[in-house]
Amino acid sequence: MADFIIDETVDITDVVCPVTFVKAKVALEELNDGQILSIRMNDGEPVQNVPRSIKEEGHQILRLLANDDGTYDLIVRKAEV
Amino acid sequence: MKVVTNMAIDYKALKNGGFMRQVQKNTFSLRLKVVGGNLTAEQLITIAGISKKYGDGHIHLTSRQGVEIPFIKLENVDDVKSELEAGGVNTGVCGPRVRTVTACQGCTVCPSGCIDTYPLAVEISDRYFGRELPHKFKFGVTGCMNNCLKAEENDLGIKGGYTIEWIKDSCTLCGVCEKACREGAITQTETQLVLDESKCNNCGRCVKSCPFDAWKGESGYILSFGGTFGNLIAKGKVVLPIIHDKTVLFRVSDAALAFFDKHANPSERFRLMGCI
Repeated sequence: MADFIIDETVDITDVVCPVTFVKAKVALEELNDGQILSIRMNDGEPVQNVPRSIKEEGHQILRLLANDDGTYDLIVRKAEV
Repeated sequence: MKVVTNMAIDYKALKNGGFMRQVQKNTFSLRLKVVGGNLTAEQLITIAGISKKYGDGHIHLTSRQGVEIPFIKLENVDDVKSELEAGGVNTGVCGPRVRTVTACQGCTVCPSGCIDTYPLAVEISDRYFGRELPHKFKFGVTGCMNNCLKAEENDLGIKGGYTIEWIKDSCTLCGVCEKACREGAITQTETQLVLDESKCNNCGRCVKSCPFDAWKGESGYILSFGGTFGNLIAKGKVVLPIIHDKTVLFRVSDAALAFFDKHANPSERFRLMGCI
Protein backbone atom coordinates (compact mmCIF):
# COMPACT_ATOMS: atom_id res chain seq x y z
CA MET A 1 0.00 0.00 0.00
CA ALA A 2 2.79 2.42 0.90
CA ASP A 3 4.08 3.25 -2.55
CA PHE A 4 5.30 6.65 -1.39
CA ILE A 5 7.79 8.02 1.15
CA ILE A 6 6.59 10.87 3.33
CA ASP A 7 9.02 13.78 3.50
CA GLU A 8 7.11 16.00 5.90
CA THR A 9 3.95 16.00 7.99
CA VAL A 10 1.58 18.73 9.13
CA ASP A 11 -1.30 18.53 11.60
CA ILE A 12 -4.30 20.74 10.80
CA THR A 13 -6.65 19.20 13.38
CA ASP A 14 -6.08 22.19 15.69
CA VAL A 15 -7.55 24.76 13.27
CA VAL A 16 -10.87 25.29 11.48
CA CYS A 17 -11.88 26.27 7.95
CA PRO A 18 -10.47 28.25 6.19
CA VAL A 19 -7.26 28.12 8.24
CA THR A 20 -7.10 24.35 7.67
CA PHE A 21 -6.29 24.90 4.01
CA VAL A 22 -4.02 27.86 4.73
CA LYS A 23 -1.94 25.82 7.17
CA ALA A 24 -1.67 22.96 4.68
CA LYS A 25 -0.73 25.39 1.91
CA VAL A 26 2.00 26.98 4.01
CA ALA A 27 3.41 23.53 4.82
CA LEU A 28 3.44 22.67 1.11
CA GLU A 29 5.33 25.86 0.33
CA GLU A 30 8.15 24.69 2.61
CA LEU A 31 8.67 21.60 0.45
CA ASN A 32 10.53 21.16 -2.81
CA ASP A 33 8.66 20.14 -5.94
CA GLY A 34 8.05 16.41 -5.97
CA GLN A 35 8.33 16.00 -2.19
CA ILE A 36 5.50 14.38 -0.30
CA LEU A 37 3.51 15.87 2.55
CA SER A 38 1.17 14.03 4.89
CA ILE A 39 -1.62 16.26 6.20
CA ARG A 40 -3.49 15.09 9.30
CA MET A 41 -7.05 16.42 9.36
CA ASN A 42 -10.35 15.96 11.14
CA ASP A 43 -13.43 14.20 9.85
CA GLY A 44 -16.30 16.37 8.58
CA GLU A 45 -15.62 19.62 6.74
CA PRO A 46 -11.82 19.32 6.57
CA VAL A 47 -11.85 15.90 4.93
CA GLN A 48 -14.72 16.94 2.66
CA ASN A 49 -13.11 20.15 1.46
CA VAL A 50 -9.33 20.26 1.96
CA PRO A 51 -8.49 17.56 -0.62
CA ARG A 52 -10.39 19.48 -3.29
CA SER A 53 -8.66 22.76 -2.40
CA ILE A 54 -5.26 21.06 -2.61
CA LYS A 55 -6.23 19.64 -6.02
CA GLU A 56 -7.35 23.07 -7.23
CA GLU A 57 -3.92 24.43 -6.24
CA GLY A 58 -2.48 21.95 -8.73
CA HIS A 59 -0.84 19.47 -6.34
CA GLN A 60 -1.15 15.71 -6.79
CA ILE A 61 -3.13 13.91 -4.13
CA LEU A 62 -2.00 10.32 -3.75
CA ARG A 63 -4.18 8.88 -1.04
CA LEU A 64 -6.52 9.57 1.84
CA LEU A 65 -5.88 7.25 4.77
CA ALA A 66 -8.22 6.78 7.72
CA ASN A 67 -6.55 6.74 11.13
CA ASP A 68 -7.78 4.80 14.14
CA ASP A 69 -8.55 8.01 16.06
CA GLY A 70 -11.11 9.29 13.52
CA THR A 71 -8.67 11.63 11.79
CA TYR A 72 -7.37 11.26 8.24
CA ASP A 73 -3.97 11.58 6.59
CA LEU A 74 -4.01 13.14 3.14
CA ILE A 75 -0.88 12.24 1.18
CA VAL A 76 0.08 14.96 -1.32
CA ARG A 77 2.94 15.28 -3.78
CA LYS A 78 3.94 18.91 -4.24
CA ALA A 79 3.64 20.05 -7.81
CA GLU A 80 5.27 23.00 -9.50
CA VAL A 81 2.62 25.70 -9.30
CA MET B 1 -43.29 56.76 -22.59
CA LYS B 2 -45.20 59.98 -21.89
CA VAL B 3 -46.20 59.72 -18.26
CA VAL B 4 -47.21 63.22 -17.28
CA THR B 5 -50.40 64.71 -18.63
CA ASN B 6 -52.27 67.82 -17.66
CA MET B 7 -54.95 65.64 -16.10
CA ALA B 8 -53.17 63.08 -13.95
CA ILE B 9 -50.00 61.15 -13.36
CA ASP B 10 -50.11 57.64 -14.75
CA TYR B 11 -48.55 55.84 -11.78
CA LYS B 12 -49.14 52.45 -13.34
CA ALA B 13 -47.15 53.34 -16.44
CA LEU B 14 -44.41 54.73 -14.23
CA LYS B 15 -44.31 51.59 -12.13
CA ASN B 16 -44.28 49.36 -15.20
CA GLY B 17 -41.27 51.34 -16.37
CA GLY B 18 -39.44 50.80 -13.09
CA PHE B 19 -40.32 54.02 -11.30
CA MET B 20 -41.34 53.04 -7.78
CA ARG B 21 -43.42 55.64 -5.96
CA GLN B 22 -41.74 56.82 -2.77
CA VAL B 23 -43.18 58.07 0.53
CA GLN B 24 -42.16 61.55 -0.58
CA LYS B 25 -44.71 63.06 -2.98
CA ASN B 26 -43.79 63.09 -6.69
CA THR B 27 -40.56 61.27 -5.93
CA PHE B 28 -39.56 57.89 -7.32
CA SER B 29 -37.00 55.20 -6.75
CA LEU B 30 -35.94 54.16 -10.25
CA ARG B 31 -35.40 50.44 -10.71
CA LEU B 32 -32.77 49.53 -13.30
CA LYS B 33 -32.42 46.49 -15.48
CA VAL B 34 -29.70 44.17 -14.18
CA VAL B 35 -29.15 40.60 -15.36
CA GLY B 36 -27.37 38.07 -13.19
CA GLY B 37 -26.10 40.76 -10.84
CA ASN B 38 -23.59 42.01 -13.41
CA LEU B 39 -23.00 45.59 -14.44
CA THR B 40 -20.04 47.01 -16.29
CA ALA B 41 -17.87 49.63 -14.67
CA GLU B 42 -19.10 52.08 -17.31
CA GLN B 43 -22.73 51.38 -16.40
CA LEU B 44 -21.92 51.96 -12.73
CA ILE B 45 -20.35 55.31 -13.59
CA THR B 46 -23.50 56.26 -15.52
CA ILE B 47 -25.69 55.21 -12.58
CA ALA B 48 -23.52 57.13 -10.12
CA GLY B 49 -23.77 60.24 -12.29
CA ILE B 50 -27.56 60.06 -12.47
CA SER B 51 -27.80 59.59 -8.72
CA LYS B 52 -25.67 62.66 -8.10
CA LYS B 53 -27.42 64.78 -10.74
CA TYR B 54 -31.06 63.78 -10.23
CA GLY B 55 -31.21 61.75 -7.00
CA ASP B 56 -29.79 62.40 -3.56
CA GLY B 57 -26.41 60.83 -4.23
CA HIS B 58 -27.07 57.34 -2.97
CA ILE B 59 -27.96 54.08 -4.69
CA HIS B 60 -29.93 51.15 -3.30
CA LEU B 61 -29.03 47.51 -3.95
CA THR B 62 -32.20 45.42 -3.83
CA SER B 63 -32.68 41.93 -2.42
CA ARG B 64 -32.60 40.38 -5.91
CA GLN B 65 -29.45 41.88 -7.39
CA GLY B 66 -31.32 44.91 -8.62
CA VAL B 67 -30.17 48.50 -8.48
CA GLU B 68 -32.43 51.44 -7.71
CA ILE B 69 -31.73 55.15 -7.83
CA PRO B 70 -33.98 56.76 -5.21
CA PHE B 71 -35.24 60.36 -4.98
CA ILE B 72 -35.84 60.94 -8.69
CA LYS B 73 -38.29 63.82 -9.15
CA LEU B 74 -41.30 63.37 -11.39
CA GLU B 75 -40.35 66.28 -13.63
CA ASN B 76 -36.99 64.65 -14.41
CA VAL B 77 -38.29 61.19 -15.33
CA ASP B 78 -37.89 61.58 -19.09
CA ASP B 79 -34.43 63.18 -18.86
CA VAL B 80 -33.25 60.48 -16.47
CA LYS B 81 -34.44 57.74 -18.80
CA SER B 82 -32.76 59.19 -21.86
CA GLU B 83 -29.50 59.88 -20.06
CA LEU B 84 -29.43 56.37 -18.66
CA GLU B 85 -30.08 54.88 -22.08
CA ALA B 86 -27.29 56.97 -23.55
CA GLY B 87 -25.00 55.45 -20.91
CA GLY B 88 -26.03 51.87 -21.71
CA VAL B 89 -28.37 51.44 -18.75
CA ASN B 90 -31.99 50.37 -19.11
CA THR B 91 -34.83 50.70 -16.65
CA GLY B 92 -36.27 47.66 -14.91
CA VAL B 93 -39.81 46.48 -14.40
CA CYS B 94 -42.30 45.95 -11.63
CA GLY B 95 -45.83 44.58 -11.57
CA PRO B 96 -47.24 41.37 -13.05
CA ARG B 97 -44.47 40.31 -15.36
CA VAL B 98 -41.15 38.45 -15.55
CA ARG B 99 -38.74 40.19 -13.19
CA THR B 100 -34.99 40.54 -12.89
CA VAL B 101 -33.23 37.26 -13.68
CA THR B 102 -30.72 36.64 -10.91
CA ALA B 103 -27.56 34.52 -11.04
CA CYS B 104 -24.44 33.65 -9.10
CA GLN B 105 -21.08 33.88 -10.87
CA GLY B 106 -21.13 30.26 -11.99
CA CYS B 107 -18.33 28.13 -13.38
CA THR B 108 -16.64 30.96 -15.27
CA VAL B 109 -15.55 32.49 -11.96
CA CYS B 110 -16.37 30.08 -9.13
CA PRO B 111 -14.53 26.76 -8.67
CA SER B 112 -17.72 25.21 -7.30
CA GLY B 113 -19.83 26.09 -10.35
CA CYS B 114 -21.29 23.26 -12.42
CA ILE B 115 -22.92 25.47 -15.08
CA ASP B 116 -22.18 28.77 -16.81
CA THR B 117 -24.84 30.83 -15.07
CA TYR B 118 -24.41 34.32 -16.48
CA PRO B 119 -24.90 33.57 -20.20
CA LEU B 120 -27.89 31.43 -19.23
CA ALA B 121 -29.36 34.29 -17.18
CA VAL B 122 -28.89 36.62 -20.16
CA GLU B 123 -30.60 34.12 -22.44
CA ILE B 124 -33.53 33.76 -20.03
CA SER B 125 -33.75 37.52 -19.62
CA ASP B 126 -33.66 38.13 -23.38
CA ARG B 127 -36.41 35.56 -23.86
CA TYR B 128 -38.77 36.50 -21.01
CA PHE B 129 -37.83 39.71 -19.17
CA GLY B 130 -40.82 42.04 -18.81
CA ARG B 131 -43.28 39.55 -20.31
CA GLU B 132 -46.76 40.27 -18.94
CA LEU B 133 -48.32 37.51 -16.86
CA PRO B 134 -51.11 37.15 -14.26
CA HIS B 135 -48.63 37.98 -11.49
CA LYS B 136 -44.91 38.53 -10.99
CA PHE B 137 -42.63 35.71 -12.07
CA LYS B 138 -39.04 35.31 -10.92
CA PHE B 139 -36.17 33.31 -12.38
CA GLY B 140 -32.96 32.59 -10.49
CA VAL B 141 -29.89 30.67 -11.68
CA THR B 142 -27.41 29.16 -9.23
CA GLY B 143 -24.30 27.29 -10.27
CA CYS B 144 -24.21 24.44 -7.81
CA MET B 145 -25.64 22.76 -4.74
CA ASN B 146 -24.12 25.43 -2.45
CA ASN B 147 -27.03 27.47 -3.76
CA CYS B 148 -25.60 30.94 -3.11
CA LEU B 149 -28.31 32.32 -5.39
CA LYS B 150 -31.10 30.45 -3.54
CA ALA B 151 -32.80 28.88 -6.56
CA GLU B 152 -35.84 27.54 -4.70
CA GLU B 153 -37.09 30.97 -3.65
CA ASN B 154 -37.91 31.73 -7.29
CA ASP B 155 -41.00 30.83 -9.28
CA LEU B 156 -38.59 28.94 -11.52
CA GLY B 157 -35.20 28.17 -10.06
CA ILE B 158 -32.32 26.65 -12.00
CA LYS B 159 -29.47 24.93 -10.19
CA GLY B 160 -26.36 23.49 -11.77
CA GLY B 161 -25.41 19.89 -11.10
CA TYR B 162 -23.59 16.91 -12.54
CA THR B 163 -24.68 13.48 -13.58
CA ILE B 164 -21.71 11.32 -12.66
CA GLU B 165 -19.98 8.26 -14.06
CA TRP B 166 -17.11 6.31 -12.51
CA ILE B 167 -14.13 5.77 -14.82
CA LYS B 168 -12.68 2.62 -13.32
CA ASP B 169 -9.44 2.65 -15.32
CA SER B 170 -8.49 6.10 -13.99
CA CYS B 171 -9.33 5.32 -10.37
CA THR B 172 -6.62 4.51 -7.80
CA LEU B 173 -9.08 4.01 -4.93
CA CYS B 174 -7.38 6.91 -3.14
CA GLY B 175 -10.33 7.41 -0.78
CA VAL B 176 -11.01 11.11 -1.43
CA CYS B 177 -14.44 10.92 -3.08
CA GLU B 178 -15.99 8.66 -0.49
CA LYS B 179 -15.42 11.40 2.07
CA ALA B 180 -16.12 14.32 -0.28
CA CYS B 181 -19.63 12.99 -0.91
CA ARG B 182 -21.93 14.44 1.75
CA GLU B 183 -24.78 12.14 0.84
CA GLY B 184 -23.01 8.88 1.61
CA ALA B 185 -23.65 7.75 -1.95
CA ILE B 186 -20.14 6.42 -2.60
CA THR B 187 -18.72 3.37 -0.84
CA GLN B 188 -15.18 2.21 -1.46
CA THR B 189 -14.34 -1.49 -1.25
CA GLU B 190 -10.96 -3.20 -1.69
CA THR B 191 -11.44 -3.30 -5.45
CA GLN B 192 -14.00 -0.75 -6.54
CA LEU B 193 -16.29 2.17 -5.82
CA VAL B 194 -19.99 1.52 -5.41
CA LEU B 195 -22.38 4.36 -6.23
CA ASP B 196 -25.83 4.37 -4.67
CA GLU B 197 -27.68 6.42 -7.30
CA SER B 198 -30.70 6.80 -5.03
CA LYS B 199 -28.53 8.87 -2.66
CA CYS B 200 -26.68 10.92 -5.31
CA ASN B 201 -27.98 14.51 -5.37
CA ASN B 202 -25.95 15.54 -8.47
CA CYS B 203 -23.81 17.96 -6.45
CA GLY B 204 -20.66 16.92 -8.34
CA ARG B 205 -18.37 17.11 -5.31
CA CYS B 206 -16.87 13.74 -6.28
CA VAL B 207 -16.00 15.11 -9.71
CA LYS B 208 -14.56 18.32 -8.30
CA SER B 209 -12.48 16.58 -5.66
CA CYS B 210 -11.17 13.53 -7.58
CA PRO B 211 -7.37 13.85 -8.00
CA PHE B 212 -7.35 11.42 -10.94
CA ASP B 213 -10.36 12.50 -13.03
CA ALA B 214 -11.96 9.16 -12.30
CA TRP B 215 -15.40 10.69 -11.90
CA LYS B 216 -16.78 12.13 -15.12
CA GLY B 217 -19.48 14.75 -14.70
CA GLU B 218 -22.02 15.80 -17.30
CA SER B 219 -23.37 19.18 -16.29
CA GLY B 220 -27.09 19.84 -16.21
CA TYR B 221 -29.93 21.89 -14.81
CA ILE B 222 -32.02 21.01 -11.76
CA LEU B 223 -35.28 22.96 -11.94
CA SER B 224 -37.50 23.98 -9.02
CA PHE B 225 -41.00 25.37 -9.40
CA GLY B 226 -43.23 27.59 -7.32
CA GLY B 227 -40.86 29.23 -4.86
CA THR B 228 -41.88 32.49 -3.16
CA PHE B 229 -40.14 34.60 -0.58
CA GLY B 230 -42.38 37.48 0.41
CA ASN B 231 -45.71 37.45 2.21
CA LEU B 232 -45.70 33.73 1.64
CA ILE B 233 -42.43 31.89 2.12
CA ALA B 234 -42.34 28.60 0.29
CA LYS B 235 -39.60 26.50 -1.22
CA GLY B 236 -39.85 25.64 -4.89
CA LYS B 237 -40.25 21.94 -5.65
CA VAL B 238 -38.09 19.78 -7.87
CA VAL B 239 -40.42 17.62 -9.94
CA LEU B 240 -38.23 16.71 -12.91
CA PRO B 241 -34.97 14.79 -13.25
CA ILE B 242 -31.85 16.80 -14.04
CA ILE B 243 -31.95 18.24 -17.59
CA HIS B 244 -28.77 18.19 -19.68
CA ASP B 245 -29.98 19.84 -22.86
CA LYS B 246 -30.57 23.59 -22.83
CA THR B 247 -33.23 23.36 -25.53
CA VAL B 248 -35.17 21.02 -23.22
CA LEU B 249 -34.72 23.51 -20.38
CA PHE B 250 -36.31 26.22 -22.51
CA ARG B 251 -39.12 23.94 -23.61
CA VAL B 252 -39.92 23.39 -19.95
CA SER B 253 -39.74 27.08 -19.04
CA ASP B 254 -41.80 28.04 -22.12
CA ALA B 255 -44.43 25.51 -21.05
CA ALA B 256 -44.43 26.72 -17.44
CA LEU B 257 -44.96 30.34 -18.45
CA ALA B 258 -47.60 29.42 -21.04
CA PHE B 259 -49.47 27.37 -18.46
CA PHE B 260 -49.25 30.17 -15.90
CA ASP B 261 -50.40 32.74 -18.43
CA LYS B 262 -53.34 30.67 -19.59
CA HIS B 263 -54.63 29.22 -16.34
CA ALA B 264 -53.74 31.51 -13.43
CA ASN B 265 -56.28 33.96 -12.10
CA PRO B 266 -55.20 37.60 -12.07
CA SER B 267 -52.86 38.26 -9.11
CA GLU B 268 -52.35 34.56 -8.51
CA ARG B 269 -48.76 33.44 -8.07
CA PHE B 270 -47.48 30.38 -9.91
CA ARG B 271 -47.28 28.43 -6.66
CA LEU B 272 -50.89 29.08 -5.71
CA MET B 273 -52.36 27.50 -8.83
CA GLY B 274 -52.62 24.25 -6.90
CA CYS B 275 -50.50 22.14 -9.19
CA ILE B 276 -47.22 22.43 -7.31
